[in-house]
This record gives sequence, structure tokens and C-alpha cells, in this order.
Amino acid sequence: MTEEKWEPKVVAFVCNWCTYTGADLAGTSRLKYPANMKMIRVMCSGGIDPVFIIKAFERGADGVLISGCHPGDCHYNAGNFHARRRWTMFHQLLEYLGIDKNRLQFSWVSASEGKKFVDVVSKVVNDVRELGPFKGYKELNSEFTAVVNGLKQEVNKAEAVNG
Amino acid sequence: MKIGVFICHCGENIGRTVDCPRVSKAAEWFPGVVHSVDYKYMCSDPGQNMIKDAIREKGLDAIVVGSCSPHMHEKTFRKAALDAGINPFLCEMANLREHVSWVHDDIEEATQKAIDLTRMAVEKVKRNQPLATIKVPVTKRTLVIGGGIAGIQAALDVANAGYEVVLVEKEPSIGGHMSQLSETFPTLDCSQCILTPRMVEVYQHPKIKLMTYSEVEKVEGFIGNFHVTIRQKARHIDASKCTGCGLCITKCPIRKKAFNSFEEGMAYRPAVYVPFPQAVPNIPVIDETVCTYYKNGKCGVCVKVCGREAIMFDQQDKLVTEEIGAIIMATGYKLYDISKKPDDSFIKGYGEYGYGKYKDVIDGLQFERIASASGPTSGEFKRPSDGKEPKKVVFIQCVGSRDDSKGFSYCSKICCMYTAKHAMLYKHKVHDGEAYVFYMDIRSGGKMYEEFVRRAIEEDGVKYVRGRVSKVYEQNGKYIVKGEDTIAGMPVEIEADMVVLATAMIAQENASTLAQTVGIPYDKYGFFNEAHPKLRPIESTTGGIFLAGACQSPKDIPESVAMASAAAAKTMVLFGSDMLEREPVVARVNELLCGGCFYCRKVCPYSAIEVREIKDRNGVVIKEVAYVNDGLCQGCGTCTATCPSKSVELMGFTNEQIFAQIAAL
Repeated sequence: MTEEKWEPKVVAFVCNWCTYTGADLAGTSRLKYPANMKMIRVMCSGGIDPVFIIKAFERGADGVLISGCHPGDCHYNAGNFHARRRWTMFHQLLEYLGIDKNRLQFSWVSASEGKKFVDVVSKVVNDVRELGPFKGYKELNSEFTAVVNGLKQEVNKAEAVNG
Repeated sequence: MKIGVFICHCGENIGRTVDCPRVSKAAEWFPGVVHSVDYKYMCSDPGQNMIKDAIREKGLDAIVVGSCSPHMHEKTFRKAALDAGINPFLCEMANLREHVSWVHDDIEEATQKAIDLTRMAVEKVKRNQPLATIKVPVTKRTLVIGGGIAGIQAALDVANAGYEVVLVEKEPSIGGHMSQLSETFPTLDCSQCILTPRMVEVYQHPKIKLMTYSEVEKVEGFIGNFHVTIRQKARHIDASKCTGCGLCITKCPIRKKAFNSFEEGMAYRPAVYVPFPQAVPNIPVIDETVCTYYKNGKCGVCVKVCGREAIMFDQQDKLVTEEIGAIIMATGYKLYDISKKPDDSFIKGYGEYGYGKYKDVIDGLQFERIASASGPTSGEFKRPSDGKEPKKVVFIQCVGSRDDSKGFSYCSKICCMYTAKHAMLYKHKVHDGEAYVFYMDIRSGGKMYEEFVRRAIEEDGVKYVRGRVSKVYEQNGKYIVKGEDTIAGMPVEIEADMVVLATAMIAQENASTLAQTVGIPYDKYGFFNEAHPKLRPIESTTGGIFLAGACQSPKDIPESVAMASAAAAKTMVLFGSDMLEREPVVARVNELLCGGCFYCRKVCPYSAIEVREIKDRNGVVIKEVAYVNDGLCQGCGTCTATCPSKSVELMGFTNEQIFAQIAAL
């Protein structure tokens, strides 16, 4: 794929009660946002495991959006408080993993905020577009393959010697 | 696994921007898909029949419907799946309308996204497990916490429908704040006259178990199946023997050691007492803290005078457990006590009004007792300091309410009305008296409410001054009220004989502790939270627990009564069936993997995680693992993200399913 044709791939993990419904409202109101984003529905932002995000980056996502109910409005009382703490910490770790912090964004979008949802998605997609494609895992993969190949050769050599 | 894909055009709603035939063609090539079609209206009868026929003819195991939002038609398509003989939870939806066709313009882009979303749904549905709706039995008994007007109304409604009720009240008598009131707005009905018949009805009702002087200690279980532990505090009177003759009360020599809380501290009560003459039940309580017997073992006058030998000095608190299906919270409110320095850091108090310093600066409930025919002054207007009739009374509204800087942000809602009533009652009895009301705004929404306030102003000549009072101080036997008239734009000074403060209605003492005991959320003020502010104002977010009256937010009597009847109706809805059915989106623990760290327990908002002991064949405990109680779990999945060993999964949203969706991007 050439650089001109590259389109950012953004995954959003959203809660069933607020942001998913907010996105439905954006649709009902016929608001427009970039088609680069695909949503995965979970019941509560508190149930989003950091591993999901890593997995998304590993599987070729260039950016990830996490969104749930506003703090205090959680359908499950406290799920988004847990989420907020988790993401505050996880965000700190992101750079350590070699992922630009702007590739992972959080927001609170309620069921009545269709417009805000559109703004958030547009912002994330624009930010990720500026950052360019995420190559971290691809590079890591080739490195990993090289290491594995090296090991295989050694094993082969050893086998040949031991015959 | 054989999967069927059904792409809906939704008339032109999806079809206009998404090339539906192309999506269904693309879906044919997804691994596992054996059948893929598109149709104009999938949700219509022919559309649904198409799905059902395909399931039967092609022997499909699971289906994906690419149409509108699952919030719209998930139930429809799950029902169709069920009708055709497959598990309804083997149906997934791809949201091609709200999330694709309505938000994108470019046909190429939209179609590509629709294909991607369909692929994600296919990958998810492959990993769906057949689930069964959860059924739990219902115990058809209601616990009502709080015996004020809301609790009384709720208990009577539920009991009259034929269900048993346990009514728990922490005071020695039911009646609540309403029994303290003199007259009620806007009709000026005598409060006790309309309340006491209901109190007696509760006492005599065969379906109501009344537990006064009792408090809820522990609530376990879940909707339809609560186990409640109630502490019956020791009255030191044998309730089965006491006839309520009151001889012990009249003969008790300890007359002036304890303030009468029913009279809001404006009178004394003996060591053995009933809160007020019409108390229900009419059984006294011995106050251990002042009774001489508990100090030195002497006195015992009450024992001598009681012909029924009902005095039991050695009676202890008793713990009673009750099996309950639904709980109605009706714990009410209390008035913000501005005399002492409040402990909450965000309330600063109103020292400048001199409450607690000057005897004639009183709050609304104290005024009610002065105005009441059964009160300490027998309904005559006498001020507390010297018993003289006050000729000039100043009422100050919004003391603590609508005050971000010193009190609470909210409006206490009833003060405008009861202040108008107070001023009116005062003018009715003291014809040559003057009544001033300092107000911020008059909020008199309600049937006949505005008319009532106008009547106070126009017919009874109550003088309303718009503005705040800055200070109240004593000078030559008068209370100087310094304030501002913002309409005239000038400062005012009134020499008053008595000042009445309309203090804020706040959450009952220990409301937040009780909320934690019962397991319901509360707001920053301690009022209990409703499940939805518009559409579910009666229910708490915890299943089977309902709210009535001022424990949810400040309310007047008719609103509390209406809410109580609504809560009663909600419990009857619950009791309408023998088994409860709910969606099986709950967490499940893999006991082989669970290491028993119980982090899940700490984050669970519903206390749904229990400890299960795994035993070997000799009955020796090998390890403890987490266990999810289906009745309590609401399916948020916070535990799944917290679990370090990934041994807990949310049914319908398992890690495997989500990873599959990510992989299919």
C-alpha cells in the first residue's frame, strides 16, 4: 500500500449504555463522521481490558478510542470509575510500550451527546492520520521472525552435528 | 458451525449508501457462512420468515443480521431465532444503519465498512454460547424501611394487595415528621388528624408486621431473595404485657434530664416515655442514659406502679432475620441543624443567624411544634425564651438551600410553601402581629400552591421582602434582622421578637451508611439515587429495591405519598410472577483457573461475587474460588477486566469473542 492510499484504522471500545447509544443518536441525527472507525460494543467501560487495546494495535489498528458514560452516570454505578483509574495508569505505560500516547484516546460520551461523539471520532481519526501508520508491531514482528529464524538455524545446526 | 447472514436494506435507509447485495455477496466468503442474502425489510414479517425458513432449511446454527442498532431490533431477531428452534443468544447484529449508512456519504467507504462490521459480527457469533435466561424464585414479602408517611402509605398499599409487609422504624413510634406538623399546606388540614388513622391502620393490619425501635443491620441476597437482619433495640418494656396505661410515665421521677426530641428540644421528657400521646404502638421506652436504675440500681418506681409487671430492666437488643422479596426505602429527611458546626467540610454553617445562641431563633419544625395544638405551648404563640407572644416574626427562607458557598446547591422545595403556611398560621392567631418573609424566589409549583402563597400575601398581609439576611443580633431585648431588599435596592433592618429559619432538608442521619448496608447508590448529599431520573424515578439501580419519599430528594407530603404508592405498585409487579426472568449477561468464573485473589470482589458494584470452597472427596477445603451470584450480577464486566488470571468472563462478551472481533477488523 502506498502512502497516499493509507487510511487510518481506528478501533473504538464503547459501552452499551452511553457511547453506543450516543453513536446511534449521531446516526439518527444524520451527523457525519469518518468511516475509519469501527466500534466494538462492551457492556461497560469498566469491562475493557488493557489487553484489548494492545491486541487491537497488534492486529493493525493505528488508533484506539475508549468511551463510556460520564463519571457518576455509569449504568453500573461505578464501572467507569474503575475504567478511569485503569486508563490513567495505562496511558502512562503506553509510551513505555513504544506507542504514541495520542494513538489511544479516552472520552465520556453520554447517550444524548451524538454531536460530541462525532467530534470525538473526527478528532481521533485526524490525530491518528497526522501520526501516520502504526508500525510498532509490524517492526517487532519482523524482528521476532528474524530471531525465530536464527534460532531455527541453530537448532538445525545442532541437529546436524548430533546427527 | 453453519452461519446465516441476513443484510437488510431498511427500505432505502441502508440501501442508499451501502451496496447491500455486495455486502451479502462478500459475506458468503466468510469462513463458516453457508447462507447469505439481502432483503428490503428484514424486520417485517416476510423478512423474519425468510430468516426462520433459512434456519430450518439450511440447518443454520447461528445468524448475523446486518440492519439497525441492536437497541432497536435485537429482541425481534432473537425471537425469530428462537421460533426457528435455535438459541436466541446465537444471534448477533451488525449495526449497518446508525453506524454506517446514516453517518457516511461515500458508497464505497460505507460498503467496505458494512462488510467489515458484518465480518466482525460473524467472527463474534462463532464464539457465542447458547445461553438460557436466568430464573430466580421470588419471596413475596416486602420490607419497608421507615415509618413516616411514605413508609406508612407503601406498607398499607402492599398489605392491602394481600402481600405481607415488614415495616421497620428506628424511633419508638411510627409517624415520622408528619406527626410533628401542625397543619399542612395548601388546605390547612390538621396533620395529626389525617395521619393518626393511618398509623392505627398499620398497627392493626393483619398483613403488616410492625417493628418499631428497630434498625436494619444487614441485607444479603438479591432481588426476590433478600435476607435481612433487623436489630430490635431493647425498650426495657415487655411489649406483650404493656397496656399503654402510661402510669410509669407519669410517676417517673426523672423529669428534666432529657430533651423531648419530638418537641424539637423545646420540652423535657421523663426517663420512661412515649414520643407523643398518639404514638403507635403506645408502648413506652426506658432511656438507659438518664434512668437512675442504670446508674445506681435504685429507684424502680416504674416497677412498683406497673400492675402488669411489664418493666424489664435486663432486656437486651434482639436480632431478627426476615426473608424478603422487595425493599422499599422510605427513610425520609432531617432538617439541617445549623447550631453546631457541621462536620461536612463543604458546609460552613450560618453562625450569623444566631441559631443555638438566641432561644427565639428557631427552625421550621420547632415552629410547627409551637403552632401545634398538641405542642409545648398548646398551640398558643409563645416564644421559647420568655413565653411572651411575639408581635413581629421574621421568616428567613433558603437557609442552607440554594447556597453553593455555605450550604447545599439544591432547592429544598417545600420551604417556600411551609413558610407561607407558617406566616399564615401566625397571622391567624396573632391578629395584630407582623410577619416578614425574606426570600430569594418563590417556588410554588403544585395544585393550589401559588394561590396559597398569594393568599398569605394578599389576604393575611404577610410582608414578603426579596433579599438575603446578612446578620441577626440581639439589642435591647429585640432581634435585629439586617438584610437587603433587592427590589427596593436598599438595606432593611427589622426589630423582631422571633426569627424562624427555613433550614434545608437534608438526607437522614446515616443515610449513606444505610445505603451501603442495603446496597444502593446515593448522591453527594446522601440522598438515594434513582435508576433513571426521568423514566425510572422509583427504582434504585439495584433490582428489587425501590425508593419512596424524601430519602430520594426533598419532597412534600402528596409527592411522598404518590411515590410510596408507586413503589408499592412496583413491588406488586415483581410479585406478579413466581419466577423472575432476566437476560443471561452475567459473569462466570472458571474455577480451575481462579486463584482466589478476590480482586473481583473489590470492584464489583453489586457485591455479586461470593466465595466458594472447593473440597476434595474427604471434604477438606483445597482452595477458595470466586463464584458469581446470577441474581445479583448485572453484567457490567468490571471483574473481567480486573481479574489477573482472566478466569472470569462476561457471558455474551467473552474475551474470546472480543479478540475475534479485533482480529476481524
